[in-house]
Amino acid sequence: MIRCKTSKEISGMGHSMKRKEDDRFLQGKGNYVDDIQLPGMLHMDIVRSPYAYAKIKSINTEAALAVPGVIAVVTGKDLEQYNLHWMPTLMSDTQMVLPTDTVMYQSQEVAAVIATDRYAARDGREAVMVEYEPMKAVVDPYKALEPDAPVLRSDKEGKTDNHIWHWEVGDKDATEKLFNEADVVVKEQMHIPRIHVSSIETCGCVADYDKVENHLTMYMTTQAPHAIRTVIALVAGHVGLTEEKVRVISPDIGGGFGGKVPVYPGYVIAIAVSFLVGKPVKWVEDRSENLQADSFARDYHITAEMAGTKEGKILGTRFKILADHGYTDAAANPSKFPTGLFSIGTGSYDYGTAYMEADAVYTNKPPGGVAYRCSFRVTEAVHAIERITDRFAMEVGKDPAQLRMENFIKKEDFPWKSPTGWEYDSGDYHAGLKLAMDTVEYDKLRVEQAEKRKNGELMGIGISTFTEIVGAGPSKDFDILGIKMFDSAEIRVHPTGKAIARFGTKSQGQGHETTYAQIIAEELGIPAAHIQIEEGDTDTAPYGLGTYASRSTPTAGAAAAVAARKLRDKAKKIAAYLLEVSEEDLEWEPGKFFVKGAPEKVKTIQELVFAAYTNHPQGMEAGFEATHYYDPPNLTFPSGAYICVVDIDKETFEIKVRRFVAIDDCGNIINPMIVQGQVHGGLTQGLAPAMYEELIYDEDGNILNGTLMDYLVPTAVESPSWETGHTVTPSPHHPIGAKGVGESPTVGAPPAIANAIVDALSPYGITHMDIPITPYKIWKTLKAKGVIE
Amino acid sequence: MKKQITVTVNGEQHTVEVETRTLLVHTIREQLRLTGTHIGCDTSSCGACTVLLDGKSIKSCTVLSIQADGKEISTVEGLAKDGLHPLQEGFKENHGLHCGFCTPGMLMRAVELLEKNPNPTEEEIRWGISGNLCRCTGYNNIVKAIQYAGAKMRGEETPSTEPEFV
Ligand code: FES
Ligand code: FES
Repeated sequence: MIRCKTSKEISGMGHSMKRKEDDRFLQGKGNYVDDIQLPGMLHMDIVRSPYAYAKIKSINTEAALAVPGVIAVVTGKDLEQYNLHWMPTLMSDTQMVLPTDTVMYQSQEVAAVIATDRYAARDGREAVMVEYEPMKAVVDPYKALEPDAPVLRSDKEGKTDNHIWHWEVGDKDATEKLFNEADVVVKEQMHIPRIHVSSIETCGCVADYDKVENHLTMYMTTQAPHAIRTVIALVAGHVGLTEEKVRVISPDIGGGFGGKVPVYPGYVIAIAVSFLVGKPVKWVEDRSENLQADSFARDYHITAEMAGTKEGKILGTRFKILADHGYTDAAANPSKFPTGLFSIGTGSYDYGTAYMEADAVYTNKPPGGVAYRCSFRVTEAVHAIERITDRFAMEVGKDPAQLRMENFIKKEDFPWKSPTGWEYDSGDYHAGLKLAMDTVEYDKLRVEQAEKRKNGELMGIGISTFTEIVGAGPSKDFDILGIKMFDSAEIRVHPTGKAIARFGTKSQGQGHETTYAQIIAEELGIPAAHIQIEEGDTDTAPYGLGTYASRSTPTAGAAAAVAARKLRDKAKKIAAYLLEVSEEDLEWEPGKFFVKGAPEKVKTIQELVFAAYTNHPQGMEAGFEATHYYDPPNLTFPSGAYICVVDIDKETFEIKVRRFVAIDDCGNIINPMIVQGQVHGGLTQGLAPAMYEELIYDEDGNILNGTLMDYLVPTAVESPSWETGHTVTPSPHHPIGAKGVGESPTVGAPPAIANAIVDALSPYGITHMDIPITPYKIWKTLKAKGVIE
Repeated sequence: MKKQITVTVNGEQHTVEVETRTLLVHTIREQLRLTGTHIGCDTSSCGACTVLLDGKSIKSCTVLSIQADGKEISTVEGLAKDGLHPLQEGFKENHGLHCGFCTPGMLMRAVELLEKNPNPTEEEIRWGISGNLCRCTGYNNIVKAIQYAGAKMRGEETPSTEPEFV
C-alpha cells in the first residue's frame, strides 16, 4: 500500500492528485506547434523521393515557382552554398538535410517548397519535377554485408563496405567455454521488427527569425529543447546565430515516445529559409511523411542463446545482433552506447557469464533508432532474454514461472553486479511474480489449459519478468554530443508562499506539471496546487537534456527534491531565527517547523517564506529560490512481472488477449493515478509490436504500409482491459526512492504476449515466432509444420 | 475557386470565404482560430479532428468546408457551459488523457455516443471510439471516463475515480 506523508491538501507523494494540465487540454486550449500562427507566416511542404536509392539527374522548379503563392523552392544545391546540405547525427554520423546528387531511401526529402499558405505549398510540391536514375536498393541487412553489395556511403572517404560499427560486452572466451561444456544450450533467431512511434501529433516547427534583432525563436516538437538550442548554435554560429540569439520553445507536445528527440531535415530547412527571408516559416509534416521518413525504432536481428543445467539453472547467455540502421546512424543513444543499454539483456536472473556483440549496417531505409517508449534499446534486450528463458524452460521441461522463481536474483543480493557490468540498485523479483501469479490464478489457468489441450483448443499463458534500466545518466559514462546527462530544477517561491518551478525536461503527456509539483510539495509542504511548473522554454528554464528514456523522474525529479531540500534548510535557519532557538531544536513536519517538545512554537512554511522577503536574518541572502543540477550516481532499475493469457481460434487463428496482469515496481510512487495511466499506455504500445505493427519494405525498398490505414496502431477494440498492480522497492540512491515507469510496460509486454502465443502453439513443436504475431503468421507456421493442410 | 459559407460554430454564426477544396478542419483551425480540433493523419484514420456537424460526429479532415455551409458545428471549445461538461469532468477525474492531442476528438465522438446510447457497455464504448486513436493512454481510462460521464448524465451516482490496483 502507498503511504502518504502529507495531507491531501498538500498532495505530496503518493496522492492520486488530478492533473493540473488537464483543464486546458480538455477545453481545446492546449498550445501545440500547429496551433501557432504568426503574422506573415509562410508554409513549407517537402518533395520526397519515390525511390529508395537513385541518382538525382535534375530538379526543375519552374512550374512550381509559377504556382500562385509559391515564393521559393529550396534544393540541396541551394543549401550547399551555406554548407548546410549535410548535418551531424546524434551518433556522430552524417545525414543529408537535402540531397545534392543521391537519394538513399524512399520518402527522403528532396526539395522544399515555400508558399504563403499550406495549399499553395502542396500545389507547388506537386509541380516540382525531379528526374531520377534509380539504382538497385540494398534492403536486407545481411545482404548489405556481402562482399558484392554496393557501398552505400561512398560519400565517406575510404568506405569500402556497409558496416558501421562493432560493439561487444562481456567475457567472450568464458562464455564460449561455458556454452561448449553446458548440458543444455538453446538458441533462437529473432527479429525485433522496425516500428514507428506514431505519436498522434506528428513533428513540426515554426522557425521565426527576426532580421533586425538577429534572433531566432524556434517553436518545435522537441523532447530536448536545450540540447537543440546548443546544436543550432554549434551548426549556425558561423552565420551569427550564437547561443544567446537562439530561443527554442517546445510548446505542448502531442506525444513523443522518442520520435521527437532527433533533428529532422525539415526543421533545419525551415530555419534556413526563415533566416534567408526573415519571415516565420511553418513546417508540419503529414502522418504519412511521419511514418515513412521520421526515425524508426528497433530493427534488431538477434541470435539469442542460453546455456544451463538439465535441472533448469541458467548459467549463461550469448546474444549476437545485426542492427539495421538505414542509410545513416541517427540513433538516439548516449554517445558511448551505440547499442543503447542493450547490455541489460542478462535480465533478472542470477548467473555470471554473458557475452553480447552487435554489428550495425547501412541499408536503403530511413535512418533512426529511437525509443518507441523505451530506454535505449532495452525492449530488444528484454525480448531476447525473456523469449530465450521461456525456450530454455521448454527444453528442460519446467514451468516457466517455476524456472524464473528458481533463477531470480534474490532481494538480499542487491546491489547486484551484472555480468555486463551494471550495478542493479534494488529489486524484489520473487514478490512481483508471486503477486502476478496470485492475481491471475496461475495454477488454475494451467489446469484449464491442460483440459483445453485435450480438445485441441489453443490457450496460452505467457510470462515476462523484466529488469529495466532508466534514468540516464551518471556523467562519467553518459553524454549526448559531449553534454553530460544531468537534469535540472529551479524553484522560486513567491513572498506569499506560492511557487513556480522550471525544469530542463519536457513533458509530452507524462504529467510533469502535476508530479513535479507533488515532489516539491512533499519536500516543502507547500500545496502542489500552488506550485506552477514550466518547461520547454530555453530562455527561462535551466539547462537540461530533456525527457526520454524514462529519465525525467530519476533526474529532474531528483533535482526538484534536492533543490527543495536546499530551500527547506534555508527555512529552518529562518525558523530558528524567528523562534529564537537553535536549528537542532527544530523539528520538521510537512509544511512547518516547530520546537521539539513545544509544538505550539511553530512557523509554517508560508510564514518562513514571507520572512525571507520581509524579515530575514542579518547576513542571510534575501529571497527564496534554489536551483539544482542533478547528476545521478547510478541508473535506476525498475522491474516488472507480467502475465498474459491468450485464446487462439483454432479455425481462423484470431488471437484474443483474455487477460493481462502487469505488476510493476518503479520504486516509490509519486502519483499512483499517473503511474497507472503510464502503465496502461505503455502496455498498449507493447501490444502493438507484439501483434500489429511493423514497417514493411519490399525488395526494392518501397514501404508497403506507410499510412495509418495499413500501419496498425491499436484502437480501443484491440486493446484489452489491462489489470495493473505494483510492488514498491525504493531505489536506495535516488533522493525520493523513485525509479521511473513510463516505458516499463512497452518493454515488458511484447515477450509476455509472444510467450503466451508460443505457449499456446507449443504442442505443435513451435518454439519461437517473430513478432508481430498475426493470424496469418500462425497459419503459415502451422502449415509449414504440416499441422494443417 | 473561392466561395462564401455561413456556419454556426458553438452557437455563433460566422461567414467566411473558403476555397472550394478547403477541408473543414483547416477552416475551423486556421480561419476561425479554434485550434482545439486537431489533425493527426491524412487518411481519415485517427479521429483527432472529430467535431459535430448538425449533431453528428464527423472527421472534419474528410469534409469540405463548403459541405458545412448553412450547418451547425460543435467543437471542443463549446463543450463546457457552466463548468466542465460531464465528459470533460470524466476524463479529468479518471485520467483519460495524457498528451491531450486525441482528447478533443475523443470527447466530441463520445458526446454523440452517449446521446445515442446513454448507458453503453464497455464493449460498446470500445467499438464506439474505435475510429479515434490514442497513442498514450491505452484506452482503459478513456472507457472509464465515458462510463463516468454516462452515469453523471443519467443522474446516477458516479463510479469511484480512485485508480484500482490488483
Ligand atoms: S485528422 Fe486523422 S481522421 Fe481526421
Ligand atoms: S492522450 Fe496522447 S494521444 Fe491520446
